[in-house]
Amino acid sequence: MSTATVSPAPHKAPRFERSKALLRSPTFVAGVLILLFWVACALIGHWVVPQDPYASDPLNSLTPPDATHWFGTDQLGRDVFARVIVGARDILTIAPLATLLGTLAGTAVGLIVGYFDGWVDNVIGRLIDAVLALPLVIVALLALAAVGASNVTVILVIGITFTPITARTVRAAVFAERNLDYVLAAQLRGENAFYIMFAEILPNVLQPIIVEATVRLGYAIFAVATLSFLGFGIQPPSADWGLALSECYTLMAGGAWWTVVFDAAAIASLVVGVNLVADGIQGVLDR
Amino acid sequence: MNGPPPSAFPIFDGSKRAETDALTLVGLTVAYRSRGRDREVLQDISLRIKRGEAYGLVGESGCGKSTAALAILRYLPRNGRVKSGKISIAGHDIASMNADALRHMRANAVSMVYQDPGRALNPSLTIARQVSEAFELAGASVNEALEHTIDILRRVRISSPERVMESYPHQLSGGMQQRVVIAMALACNPALLILDEPTTGLDATVEAEVLDLIAQLREELGTAVLFISHNLAVIGRMCDRVGVLYAGKLVEEGTTRDVFARPRHPYTVGLLRCLPTTGRSKDTGRLDTIPGSLPLPGSVTQGCIYAQRCKLADDRCHRDAPPPYRVPAAHGDQMARCHYHERAIDLPRATPEVLRAAVDRTDAPLALRAENLSKTFHVGGESLRAVHDVSLELKLGETLGLVGESGSGKTTLAKLLLGLLSPDAGGSIELDGAALPARVTNRNDEQVKSLQIVFQNPDSALNRAHSVRRLIARSLSKLGALRGAAKEARLQSLTAAVRLPERYLSSRTRQLSGGLKQRVAIARAFAGDPRVVVCDEPTSALDVSVQAAILNLLADLQRERGVSYVFISHDLHVVRYLSDRIAVLYLGRLMEIGRATDVFDGPHHPYTEALLSSIPEIVDEPQARERIRLSGELPSAANPPSGCVFHTRCPRKIGAICEQQEPPYAHAADGHRIRCHIPVAELKRLQKPE
Repeated sequence: MSTATVSPAPHKAPRFERSKALLRSPTFVAGVLILLFWVACALIGHWVVPQDPYASDPLNSLTPPDATHWFGTDQLGRDVFARVIVGARDILTIAPLATLLGTLAGTAVGLIVGYFDGWVDNVIGRLIDAVLALPLVIVALLALAAVGASNVTVILVIGITFTPITARTVRAAVFAERNLDYVLAAQLRGENAFYIMFAEILPNVLQPIIVEATVRLGYAIFAVATLSFLGFGIQPPSADWGLALSECYTLMAGGAWWTVVFDAAAIASLVVGVNLVADGIQGVLDR
Repeated sequence: MNGPPPSAFPIFDGSKRAETDALTLVGLTVAYRSRGRDREVLQDISLRIKRGEAYGLVGESGCGKSTAALAILRYLPRNGRVKSGKISIAGHDIASMNADALRHMRANAVSMVYQDPGRALNPSLTIARQVSEAFELAGASVNEALEHTIDILRRVRISSPERVMESYPHQLSGGMQQRVVIAMALACNPALLILDEPTTGLDATVEAEVLDLIAQLREELGTAVLFISHNLAVIGRMCDRVGVLYAGKLVEEGTTRDVFARPRHPYTVGLLRCLPTTGRSKDTGRLDTIPGSLPLPGSVTQGCIYAQRCKLADDRCHRDAPPPYRVPAAHGDQMARCHYHERAIDLPRATPEVLRAAVDRTDAPLALRAENLSKTFHVGGESLRAVHDVSLELKLGETLGLVGESGSGKTTLAKLLLGLLSPDAGGSIELDGAALPARVTNRNDEQVKSLQIVFQNPDSALNRAHSVRRLIARSLSKLGALRGAAKEARLQSLTAAVRLPERYLSSRTRQLSGGLKQRVAIARAFAGDPRVVVCDEPTSALDVSVQAAILNLLADLQRERGVSYVFISHDLHVVRYLSDRIAVLYLGRLMEIGRATDVFDGPHHPYTEALLSSIPEIVDEPQARERIRLSGELPSAANPPSGCVFHTRCPRKIGAICEQQEPPYAHAADGHRIRCHIPVAELKRLQKPE
């Protein structure tokens, strides 16, 4: 009754409409600008920074910010400004890859669990719940302690711990879809389960997956920084921010605040940027 | 609101002054603002509803019926506003009311009943709490309100109000919920009751009960009613006067009898012709349709709003908007916004009738045969028998209609045939004489493509992520095993066969109207040249003019391709139009099966009789046939009654035998079987109209 007869004139492509709406969203634009800044730092920062971020200069260690060393130097006399700029590189490689891994694996698991329902859901679904009950950082720590920390293992561990979380979101979305008649129509056409899951259902659950992935990216950055801080993430001599924090936080007591504050601010700004983007996307997709 | 509340029996007031009209609309124009533009969805609507009168507002979806109701209550959404015109309820201009007066008016002078009672009731409050709240708002104390609640529930013919009052909405059936909503609406003793599609979601038998109730209450209370519906037959049965709304304009108005007997606007003429009314079937000719589609609000700026779809339209119609022509008719004035209102009745057909000789299918080979199909669902330790021992046959090129109330197992039976569910042990299905595996996953390609379905709701049945081309092409490659150029050629011929304009192939389904979506679904089902197509209420979500076009299409395709249909619908006229044979289901059991003419003309099973008597007819002869109403609720399939499952509601129950023994099939005519203890000759005598 309330569904008005839609005019047969083809509408504007909704994708185009959506990207316009995204660009009108101030949260999204602000987030993207922050992200772009850090991505640029990661890509070309190495050639732009005035000082070599890895060159130690023991004679000038722990100098406060001045005209040569804008953010001061650390305990080995390395330029903090250059290290903050270059430090974006590792975290911006590891966190997105870990998120990608978690999203892909979580989507596959969520589709299978949601589509097959029954005992598959009962077994895998309960397993997911059990994994979700474990504290993420502790699990990651134990895993990395067991296999040894490297960039690859960090990606794997974070990706795997994110898998059940994404899987749960996807499962809920698939549940709503699998009761729609197009799934029955596909079965009646003789389609196999793989086709129905990935070609019929997946395109309709992309929205929650995209939102979940952007939110996860924020957590991944946080997780990488945390693990690095604890010594199980990115390894020296990388200029990574979490690593820098773990090396320098004791120096705060001696008044060398500049060794810590700029790295911490960098982490915070990156997480905030990602979350702004996530909010923007969610706001547009939910309309 | 000032002044005394309206009298309880305003029909006796006798005063005919404009101030005492229950509702007056003068030049009402309502616009919605979207994308920075005002779109006028109602234009210059003027109508009067006298005290105690029932006024029907009819029109297809998107015509502005609900907007009218919202505007009257001042419930328009934030982007909607009344641009000009006046609305007064019981003589009070609602535009000038402040918030308090408006609340007072809504609490005391006007009530509204919505389409879906399940959503109008608060699921977490008992019926007693919800209904008595309406009385408390009008100033009664808690105890008084509870007493009033019992009274009003009795008034809406709820036999055990105390039990119902303790219930929560989900514990009541749809019909019972709608009664409660009507009781709440009547609690304030309104001068005007607005009913917005009050029976659209209900079964035919329940709909008949609710309509009876509304008619009786109107006689008792004399409440004026604005009855909004897309269903002309319902309006015809319920209303004294009717207004036909098209694209936001009132194009015709008059007494119901005059308008239906001699419509004076081509749109009304078209609407009436679209209906598959009594006695029409696919063998007597195609239904007429209304070409084109509803214009976007505000897109027609010059001439008659209906001109682009009207077969009578000429230069004058495209140039000058017709004024409301008033002409005297048999039962009062009739108004039509048409320059050629005298000729409207002679409107040329949009779809040629093409009289066809009825095809004799008695010797046609069997396409599908089902033997002893049963299906038991196990829900929480309870076993629920949705289909019980159903055997039926379907000949090639024939349509078998499946009718019954919701919960009678129609859709479950269809899913069994399609292999989406596997039947209980003992049942078997044969296709062209060869046994068919129970599950679709075990069927071979040939069998899979032979059995296809057109679902009720194309929004759910068509994947919204895929383009129309992909939807059809996938079926062609999967069912028709076609590739490349051959596939493209079939795609073209198939879209032409379902009359789907080619320019929609690259669209997503959400850009299509309901009728076009259903055409895509039909094209998909026909992609592999099926033997049998199950049509599960394929037109129930569509407007009547679109429904007519889809029914014509299904009949044409059947004739061209010799396909058989299993046609499920709750609309008996639609079933009758398309079916050669009809099977009547009740609680998963086959009560009657036979040729459509035999089942409709009788003798029929008492259940079929009740179903038939519940359908409102356009030409209502009140005394011609005794109305048979089913009392009580559909029993649960988990705990079916003993003996004949229908005995708890049967109006012709003969005695203990009905409760103890399951009735055998009695043969009434060739292939016409009735499952009833009453002998066929006796049924014939009882059901013969005097």
